Amino acid sequence: MNPVGIAPRRPASRVVRAAPGGPVRVTLQRASDAAEWRDAARRLLAQDTDPARVEWQDAAAAQASLFTTGDPATDAAPVVADAGADPWPWPAPFGALARRVLCHREPGRHALLYRVAWRLRREPRLLDLAADPDVARLHALDREVRRAAHKMKAFVRFRKRSDADVYVAWFDPGHPLLHALARFFVGRFASLRWIIVTPDASASWDGERLAFGPGAPRPAAPAADPCEDLWRTYYASIFNPARLKLRAMRREMPRRYWRDLPEAVLIPQLAADATRRTAAMLEADATLGVRAAAARCGTLDALAAAVQACRACPVGCRGTRAVAGEGPSGARLMLVGEQPGDAEEHAGRPFVGPAGAVLQQALDAAGVRRDDAYLTNAVKHFGFQQRQGRRLHRSPDRRTIEHCRWWLLRERELVEPVAVVALGRTALAALLGPDVAREAAGSRAPVTTHETSGGRVIATRHPAHVLRAGDAAARAESYAAIVAALRTAAGR
Amino acid sequence: MDMQTVPAIEDSTPGGEAAATARAPWIRQALDLRGKLALLADAAKYDASCASSGTTRRDSRSGGLGSAGGMGICHSYAPDGRCISLLKVLLTNYCEFDCRFCINRRSSDVPRARFTERELVDLTLDFYRRNYIEGLFLSSGIVRSPDYTMARMVGVVRELRTVHDFRGYIHLKTIPGADPALVEEAGRHADRLSINVELPEAESLARLAPEKDAAGIERAMAGIGTAIAENRDSRARHRHAPRFAPAGQSTQMIVGADAATDATVLARSSTLYRSHALRRVYYSAYSPIPDPSDALPSRPAPLVREHRLYQADWLLRFYGYSLPEVVDATRDGMLDLRIDPKLAWALRHPERFPVDVNRAPRELLLRVPGLGVRGVERLLRMRRLQRVRLAHLATLGVSLAKIQPFVCAGDWQPRAQAAGLARRLAEADGTAQLPLAL
Repeated sequence: MNPVGIAPRRPASRVVRAAPGGPVRVTLQRASDAAEWRDAARRLLAQDTDPARVEWQDAAAAQASLFTTGDPATDAAPVVADAGADPWPWPAPFGALARRVLCHREPGRHALLYRVAWRLRREPRLLDLAADPDVARLHALDREVRRAAHKMKAFVRFRKRSDADVYVAWFDPGHPLLHALARFFVGRFASLRWIIVTPDASASWDGERLAFGPGAPRPAAPAADPCEDLWRTYYASIFNPARLKLRAMRREMPRRYWRDLPEAVLIPQLAADATRRTAAMLEADATLGVRAAAARCGTLDALAAAVQACRACPVGCRGTRAVAGEGPSGARLMLVGEQPGDAEEHAGRPFVGPAGAVLQQALDAAGVRRDDAYLTNAVKHFGFQQRQGRRLHRSPDRRTIEHCRWWLLRERELVEPVAVVALGRTALAALLGPDVAREAAGSRAPVTTHETSGGRVIATRHPAHVLRAGDAAARAESYAAIVAALRTAAGR
Repeated sequence: MDMQTVPAIEDSTPGGEAAATARAPWIRQALDLRGKLALLADAAKYDASCASSGTTRRDSRSGGLGSAGGMGICHSYAPDGRCISLLKVLLTNYCEFDCRFCINRRSSDVPRARFTERELVDLTLDFYRRNYIEGLFLSSGIVRSPDYTMARMVGVVRELRTVHDFRGYIHLKTIPGADPALVEEAGRHADRLSINVELPEAESLARLAPEKDAAGIERAMAGIGTAIAENRDSRARHRHAPRFAPAGQSTQMIVGADAATDATVLARSSTLYRSHALRRVYYSAYSPIPDPSDALPSRPAPLVREHRLYQADWLLRFYGYSLPEVVDATRDGMLDLRIDPKLAWALRHPERFPVDVNRAPRELLLRVPGLGVRGVERLLRMRRLQRVRLAHLATLGVSLAKIQPFVCAGDWQPRAQAAGLARRLAEADGTAQLPLAL
């Protein structure tokens, strides 16, 4: 960057005195420079110049407004140059406060600061009087500058120039802060070459030297940086849509900054999506949706109707007929199978196909009347594969079980059986979770008993196993296990 | 360590890529960096902490990249109102643990990904150079073993610190059960270390996170606490002794996943603050994730509960309330969701009010609802010089309406205002809509 136009490090203010006791005009070369204001104020204080007589003027602003006609003062020589007399004419905290307030864009800041400095000689503890109008105003300006400075440190976004290893940022701090904050960016990015452009000044760092130059409008920065895509990805992913708090966000990141924040383009969309999501949160999340829908069912009939409408999993989404449970609501015994098959779907009742026949036989052998038990399945829709015009049974996957089990658990709550017989691994997984099912299957025991807070669960083979198992011995073993489980469950 | 020789996770590792891929075949497609970032940032968002403050002051004038110290900087804000200060990601979301409350648990069907160390180092530096972030907050699922995981994480921060001389902020989640030598190295590179206690009670941790061990977590925190204290000692004697986690250690508790009351949560916090010199305890309101077990509630904990816990935590640490006093502000151990704990306590103790703003000591002023630590400091300075009247209080930046019933000033004497307020609040029971600003 062209360093031409850089103001001298310690610009000299011009203190112009018209007549003794008359108005004093101070023209500042750099209105926000702390050293320049301090020198001028120190000279005025040495003479105990009444603040009411002092007119503060910004050279740049005065020039811009051609406000120089009919200047009554001609004497441009410094009035008092004896700075050694009173090096610190005010308490240290005021110096720090003044440095910050000078970075405010408020034109009356010089006069306000001088007034307080002058009063401090008479009222040394003035700054503790938070209720004093001058002090209150000073604190208010200070707060605004501090906040703007903090936001500038946060929201400056560098873009790497594609043609050189230089990082460029355009930023509007809202106050003339760049000179004061350039040191911060040097400290942070001393090993890079960077340029920060603001509307009224620019700063550039070449790795060794900091230079200030004139400001420029927005297009001064490169149009884009490939890294911004990744940054937006991060921004969108770290956001938790379950907790939308746009007001809190806008309070900390006001809209006026958004234009220069690459991530801000995402805000409207993220917010809209989140609102939609909040509105339909329970429905959007399929499992939570099923959970909520099941919880709303007060009777088994209501549940049977709700199951028909469930589209939480891909199997349910086919829109085929769902098969709910069947049996008295106060049944002492509940039997849970895997899922309805072809025959069940047609009949709309559980356990009416070939496996149902096996179960009926086992029930008879165990001395249990089918009508006394509540029969249902872990999954309520028939999952199949289409093969040569036939629908072949397909075991439900983990997700389907996870979704559908909430219907089952609600059925169990409504029926309140003393014991539940889980026929097959899917049923046990749905009732007690995949880990328990895995363990039970691993033990290879034909019957396992699990005590739960909701009553006893007895797990055994599925009746279909009796039909499909390879050898007669395995078939017989499975059948005997089912009968034994039913007997145990029925308390016989 | 040579980055090239870091062994990749073997496919036979239980809980590693192979196992997860078998469960969730759709993730087999290779993820690009952007895809990984999306997944691993999403997986990390359940950690509430984003602080980057309170570490040693340093900058890059003498070399390297970055600066830190003093107040942290929030570089952006997400639409959830939370500050984005650090690149908060997991090294991987593969995990061998099956903690019920965690979206990344072994049995979860979420897609999985893993950053290479190099990718993460480059991403951190690229973001940092563009002034997007203050630094890195690195956490991870547990793959293969705590030592293996911890070594990968330490590898990332070691490269950032030693190869790139990165001087920004680093927060490293420590894996309980990792080799103390690794933790020691982590502490030398990181500004802050943290270990999540996860749940307020050891019993619920055993139930919901069977592989985690409350005693082990406590041991690890004690170890870090001791190392921080020893480091402070040795730095007092040798100014150039290397620093250990200068921004201290923190932890996080999930609230609402078990039956623990706020009183239990706060009791645990104050024990933790006391015994391990923690900087912060973060509270994270439980939000339900699809879960195959009945072990977890289906409802999210109200966010305002999290907010009230933070307020109570503040009362304990900065306002001079004792634990029994804060518990006294609860009903059956639960903080009132409608009003903040300080107001709740004040309403229960009308005998302590009004407080005279011209005479009361600092401790009593801090008990006035609506008067914060800074407001009290300003008030103390002001009243040395003048008799404070009601109008003066407004210039302290406090809400007059809020403090009026609880104070008397030069020209102000409340008349049974507090009782009236209490009645109004009681009438509004359950119907009041309170702003949830955090």
